[in-house]
Amino acid sequence: MSGIALSAIVKCHGATPVLRGISLDIRHGEFLTLVGPSGCGKSTLLRIIAGLDAQDAGEVVIAGRKVDGLRPKDRDVAMVFQAYALYPHLSVFDNMALPLRMRRLSGAQRLPLVGALSRGRRPIEEGIRREIEETAALLDIAHLLSRKPGQLSGGQRQRVALGRAMVRHPAVFLMDEPLSNLDAKLRVQMRAEITALHRRLGSTFVFVTHDQAEAMTMSDRVAVMMAGELIQVGAPDELYVDPRDLRVAEFIGSPKINVVPAAALDQGTRAAMIAVPGASTLAFRPEAAELCAPAAGVLAGVIVTVENLGSDIFLHVAARPAHSEGTLPLIVRVAPSARRFAIGEMVGIDPDPARMLQFDASGRRLRARERVAA
Amino acid sequence: MSTLAHLFRMLRWRAFARHGALALTTLFALIPFVWMLSLSVKPPEEIFQPEFHLWPQQFSGVENYRAALTAAPMHLFLINGLFVCATIFLLQMLVCVPCAYALAKLRFRGRDTLFAAVLVGLLVPPQALAIPHFVLLHVFGLLDSYAALILPWVISTFGIFLMRQFFRAVPDELIDAARLDGLGEFEIIWRVMIPVAVPAIAAFGIFSVVAHWNDLFWPLIAVRSEELSTPALGILLFRDDEAGQFLGPLMAGATIIVAPLVVAFLFAQQRFIDGISFTART
Repeated sequence: MSGIALSAIVKCHGATPVLRGISLDIRHGEFLTLVGPSGCGKSTLLRIIAGLDAQDAGEVVIAGRKVDGLRPKDRDVAMVFQAYALYPHLSVFDNMALPLRMRRLSGAQRLPLVGALSRGRRPIEEGIRREIEETAALLDIAHLLSRKPGQLSGGQRQRVALGRAMVRHPAVFLMDEPLSNLDAKLRVQMRAEITALHRRLGSTFVFVTHDQAEAMTMSDRVAVMMAGELIQVGAPDELYVDPRDLRVAEFIGSPKINVVPAAALDQGTRAAMIAVPGASTLAFRPEAAELCAPAAGVLAGVIVTVENLGSDIFLHVAARPAHSEGTLPLIVRVAPSARRFAIGEMVGIDPDPARMLQFDASGRRLRARERVAA
Repeated sequence: MSTLAHLFRMLRWRAFARHGALALTTLFALIPFVWMLSLSVKPPEEIFQPEFHLWPQQFSGVENYRAALTAAPMHLFLINGLFVCATIFLLQMLVCVPCAYALAKLRFRGRDTLFAAVLVGLLVPPQALAIPHFVLLHVFGLLDSYAALILPWVISTFGIFLMRQFFRAVPDELIDAARLDGLGEFEIIWRVMIPVAVPAIAAFGIFSVVAHWNDLFWPLIAVRSEELSTPALGILLFRDDEAGQFLGPLMAGATIIVAPLVVAFLFAQQRFIDGISFTART
């Protein structure tokens, strides 16, 4: 079984802590995404799993084997990099063949001229060729095998990088923002291809991204990291519906969740909306509220932008809270058939109390008592 | 329309001025060269005539070149030059590339201090080291040998600096990928860094070969035997005799010596230019 177990991983750059004790179990065959804003330590964690960086404390176990002292090549992991990292001087075929040659040919057989003469080399080379052709056919790059990386488009390079990782059948695939160099359309297409690949291979995938949409659409589980800490690990819908921390609630979901400081509400509304004592921040998703007449809503404000996506319309409203200066930006989803909205129109917003998330002053989620009991 | 025509006129005038300036400098650079070629085909009495002809009235190129090739073992000088330059370059690469890789891509204590030492090394002119080198070679009894011609140049701080600058531009991801693919550090150098750095190696090779092929200073100090002479040193053999008499063969010899570099330049013109613009960039 090729799961990964991380326990209390700590990493510092000088005096600055980058990872503050990360413990995480990644199951065999799981697609796990590490997501978080840039600089949160997710790439460092991936490099520690790969063996490219060493942790200062903690332990990495891959497939039941402690790998802390092992070099990257001995860990049975493959990695796909953000800029693909293909060898520019080698053809696609040779790029994919290199990891196999390094493993199967002896040092003498790899020598430039002498190696070609060595007796055992030919059958091994034929085996390598067969496997590369199979992998290339699978990734639809068979026609590119003789080209150099410089002659390929971004999407093709991405596939070659995947192919190079796949040929040696590693237990674990590590991917460091592999889609961020592609254009928007190709990115969506590659998302689907990588998840399909994961299903077919059944290997463990660890995918790093800063894009919450990638994390939400591709993963079995998502691990949200902030400032070197793992804040919440769970299935995508669990993170969306049931975030444990205000930062998770704000990071996951597009458009962003609406955040309302309790202090901005007047006495009556506060009493009606706050179900848990001590809640200092309320949050609700754009689809968890209804529009109503300005006077009837808990919050009211002026429409600033109408974002029509066809299937949904998102209204950006500048609400005027009772006890503070300035405005509070809110987003509400409405069905497209509802009616036409004009910018500048005054509307009321009525959030569903059952779907209102409540957080304490430090951003921790507070749950209503009956839900805790249940 | 008229403004467009005006613009064209201006551009043409500018181009004219630019080409004029370039032609003038080229002329300055080429005149000694042309003079050399011209003298190498003239008989001795025509060389000192008051009036100048680019092409001699009496062609004696055959005599001069025959004298150049037979009076001194010219082929030996050329072979020596080739051997010394090639060996220097290969040994320089053997030292520079691993050093540059370590300075550019590996993290270890004291790396920046070492790189600063390389920069200091760049500031020291080779002539300043001539006497220490001479003494060292004397102590080891290596004077007047191929080793004396080659060893002082084996560690090139310029080469280390140039390659280090180039290696820094190679993405770290490429090295990480190689490590995951199972390459060791020396295999990374051999299979990834060197192929990627071919432009930089070519640029450095050009500098190195040109410098040592043309070098007169060090061979003059290090070597006495005629059979160890490099081309630039060998040519002095003509001057040792009565120079006036042998000016024609001397120029013929000089032509033979620069010919390989000129031919190499014509074949690899683009590489030369790339190499020089590359060093300008870093």
